[in-house]
Amino acid sequence: MTTSLIDADSLLAIDIGSVTTRAFLFDVVDGRYRFLASGTAPTTAYAPYHDVGEGIRIALDRLQTITGKTLVGADERLIIPSTPDGSGVDTVAATISAGPPLKVVLVGLLEEVSLESARKLAATTYTRVVDQISLNDRRKTESRVDAILRLRPDLVLVTGGTDGGASQSVLKLMESVGLANYWLPDRNRFEVLFAGNQELEEEVRATFGRLGPFHIAPNLQPELGVNQHEAAQVRLADIYRNARNRQITGVREVDNWAGGGLLPTATSFGRAIRFLSKVYDSSKGVLGVDIGASATTLAAAFSGRLVQGVYPHLGLGQGIIGIMQHGSLGEVMQWLHLDIPADYVRHYLYNKTLYPGSLPDTPEDLAIEQALARQAMRIAVRNTSDGFPGSMMRYGSRTLPWFEPIVASGSVLTRAPNFGQAVLLLLDGLQPTGISTLILDQNHLSAALGVSAAVNPLMAVQILESNTYQNLGTVISPIGDARPGTPILRLRMQIDGSNETSVDIKQGIVHVLELPLGQAAQLTLTPLNRYDVGMGGPGRGGRVRVKGGALGIIIDGRGRPIQLPDDPIRRRELISKWRWTLGC
Amino acid sequence: MLAQVTHFLPITTIRRERVLPLPGRVLVRKGQKVSASDIVAEARVNPEHLLLDIARGLGLSEEKADRHIQCKAGMQVAQGDVLAGPVGWTNRVVRSPRSGRITLAGDGKILIELDTAPFELKSGLPGTVIELFENRGVMIETTGALIQGVWGNGGIDYGLLFVLAINPDDVLTPDRLDVSMRGSLVLGGYCGDVEVLRAADSLPLRGLILASMDASLLPEAFRMRFPIIVIEGFGRIPFNTTAFKLLTTNERREVALNAEQWDRYQGRRPEVIIPLPSAGDPPLPVETDFFDKEQQVRILRAPHQGKIGMLTEIRPGLTRSKTGVQARVGIVQLDGGEEVLVPLVNCEILE
Repeated sequence: MTTSLIDADSLLAIDIGSVTTRAFLFDVVDGRYRFLASGTAPTTAYAPYHDVGEGIRIALDRLQTITGKTLVGADERLIIPSTPDGSGVDTVAATISAGPPLKVVLVGLLEEVSLESARKLAATTYTRVVDQISLNDRRKTESRVDAILRLRPDLVLVTGGTDGGASQSVLKLMESVGLANYWLPDRNRFEVLFAGNQELEEEVRATFGRLGPFHIAPNLQPELGVNQHEAAQVRLADIYRNARNRQITGVREVDNWAGGGLLPTATSFGRAIRFLSKVYDSSKGVLGVDIGASATTLAAAFSGRLVQGVYPHLGLGQGIIGIMQHGSLGEVMQWLHLDIPADYVRHYLYNKTLYPGSLPDTPEDLAIEQALARQAMRIAVRNTSDGFPGSMMRYGSRTLPWFEPIVASGSVLTRAPNFGQAVLLLLDGLQPTGISTLILDQNHLSAALGVSAAVNPLMAVQILESNTYQNLGTVISPIGDARPGTPILRLRMQIDGSNETSVDIKQGIVHVLELPLGQAAQLTLTPLNRYDVGMGGPGRGGRVRVKGGALGIIIDGRGRPIQLPDDPIRRRELISKWRWTLGC
Repeated sequence: MLAQVTHFLPITTIRRERVLPLPGRVLVRKGQKVSASDIVAEARVNPEHLLLDIARGLGLSEEKADRHIQCKAGMQVAQGDVLAGPVGWTNRVVRSPRSGRITLAGDGKILIELDTAPFELKSGLPGTVIELFENRGVMIETTGALIQGVWGNGGIDYGLLFVLAINPDDVLTPDRLDVSMRGSLVLGGYCGDVEVLRAADSLPLRGLILASMDASLLPEAFRMRFPIIVIEGFGRIPFNTTAFKLLTTNERREVALNAEQWDRYQGRRPEVIIPLPSAGDPPLPVETDFFDKEQQVRILRAPHQGKIGMLTEIRPGLTRSKTGVQARVGIVQLDGGEEVLVPLVNCEILE
């Protein structure tokens, strides 16, 4: 039996990624929670192992070697809780993103209302929508049944009808779902999640509950214009966990270690971001981005309200080809600072699907990998931002609202050759606005903190305040509309007890002001030509205290959205110049 | 460090599970010899249904219509069979429009699963059935050479191997295919011309083994009626010397191609199997291994993609590569003697 996180001291967090399995150890040192070490190993969910246990065992071996702490007993079992001699851990938290995305069929009344709501819910974890059924669907019932059987989904997500609203239409649409599950053998039946008109709960439970695994969640749209996804997201996370327990050997044991609390990695990442939004300045949101092998996840939280998108087709591993379904090769290639033929880029994509865990080992391959990461972030922002509160979208849907801080995770960032490349990736991919601190999760801790933050917020805060996250720097991105070369911002920096530095920034320029890591300074910002830096409106400036990051203070005067020259030579020159400015 | 393993083996015991996605019927028996294209199991995995509105057909309410239904779930019906009725002075009936099996009957409706061709699971390799999985599939075993690929278009077939590639970096062009190759499995090199595939299809060939292929040919390759396997990857990559030698020395032998796509979760990948007699029982291939010195490895990414060499050293800790990325690295001595530093995640063991 695991100890409650509230009472526990030591925590072992395990993340089973699609490429890498990580084990993290946290413990109390000198009265504060600290991240002690991590052990990694290739994920062994797939052939020939078909058992995540092997990868976890290797990761734990590494952790034991690094820390000198015994975590696994002579019986090869994890020691829970810790023993008086210091062996073992008090509690375990676990997250997973390994495995193919869940295949989902959406069922709703109207395309733009209930189906759209269902789509947004499905996008909060690792799913792939393979079909949808609505009132507009002209297929006969039997054709829908056959389509569902052909696709063999993992989950059918049903929504529609406000509470007390449409009911017969919803039941009619569900007819094909029930018939399909009836036809399937017991062990092959898909899960059904009903998150529609709650007045139908008893009836659908009686009818569909006996046909296969069945779940109920509160209506996604209880009234017109009201969206509530949080409870349904919890159900969806449960369904994802059930699927992984069934599909991959060894996952159930990890889930048992975690007291049944195994979460999708993206869900846990979102929780970490939501937690931060309650800790930081409530006038801005907190943004998190995780560019992983299995998916790119974008999580934005506004005073505890989370908006999240999980995009398996934008992961940089096996599903990398998915990027081409949402944009052209040209959109990827526009970010290259090297002259690389389109054919080479195309072949890079397809070869990466064959070897998702491989690394770029030439300048060209690294440039392509980073260009793909930029494009993945651009598409993720585009697809997620329509869920952001309208009041935050001051400059339209194509411009990110103010966020502070921005937390970034993912090997393409943490393994970037230098911090300058990581910063430029984020500036190009996310295109932040106003004043933001860029924080790099260099130890891949965010998911672990997310799963523990709910019950041990003290640990999460203390870890975040420690040096385990890398401050990359404060970014100032003025918003406005002026011709290149026009002065847009005057900035004065006063480092405590020393001279003042002043600089005028022109439209189109990226500029770096040196401020040593951890060094405090006061910035006085004076926007020019009605530019907005998020201090109360266009033209409004003020003072702000900042701490130096790896790159100090970065002023991104390129405008939003960034306009790249059409001419490829000019474009590559410009990108090379930005790279040089940031020390890439 | 755990390694990915790929097989280019001159003689080994090969065992493969062939399993249906849904329960069905196993059509072979234990001990039976099968060829690569023999059907070993079948199941209805993509059924076709018909929903008949009996109430409407009989002109009755749902409740009343149910009393006149003449069939029940599980019953096999032929085209024209009466499913409900007769009703009324005109003796109205509802007949089955096609043959099938009743799935559900009630609430004024009858759902029929129509008789359609089942999904047929091919053996994928010539060999002997050594185990049966009830209603699901079989395990087949053979001995011979095994060459694993990285991409396949999903087809399965077998035939005589015709070696067209003169050297590992040969380029296959349409003019090199002629009627003498009709019905053969052709070993080409790099294919970058869609006309090659069209020419192969018009002959037709029974299969195509390529070193590499231009990715732009993928849509056409999926449309081909014969199996296509790619051994190295996409872009112009020559055959690795081990695979090339293994394939060319088996010219004119009967070869099986299973060009199913690489599925990491299930452990299936495209393969060339060349059945060969063996005096004893060769060992099964090693499927899992850790990187170690003196192993033969293949490099998976540029700048040495496709090259084979020996891992002579594994550096401790992380090393910064030329690009600045840090990784566990090893030194690989290539066939020509050159030594190169390669991230271990960019290597696979050849066994």
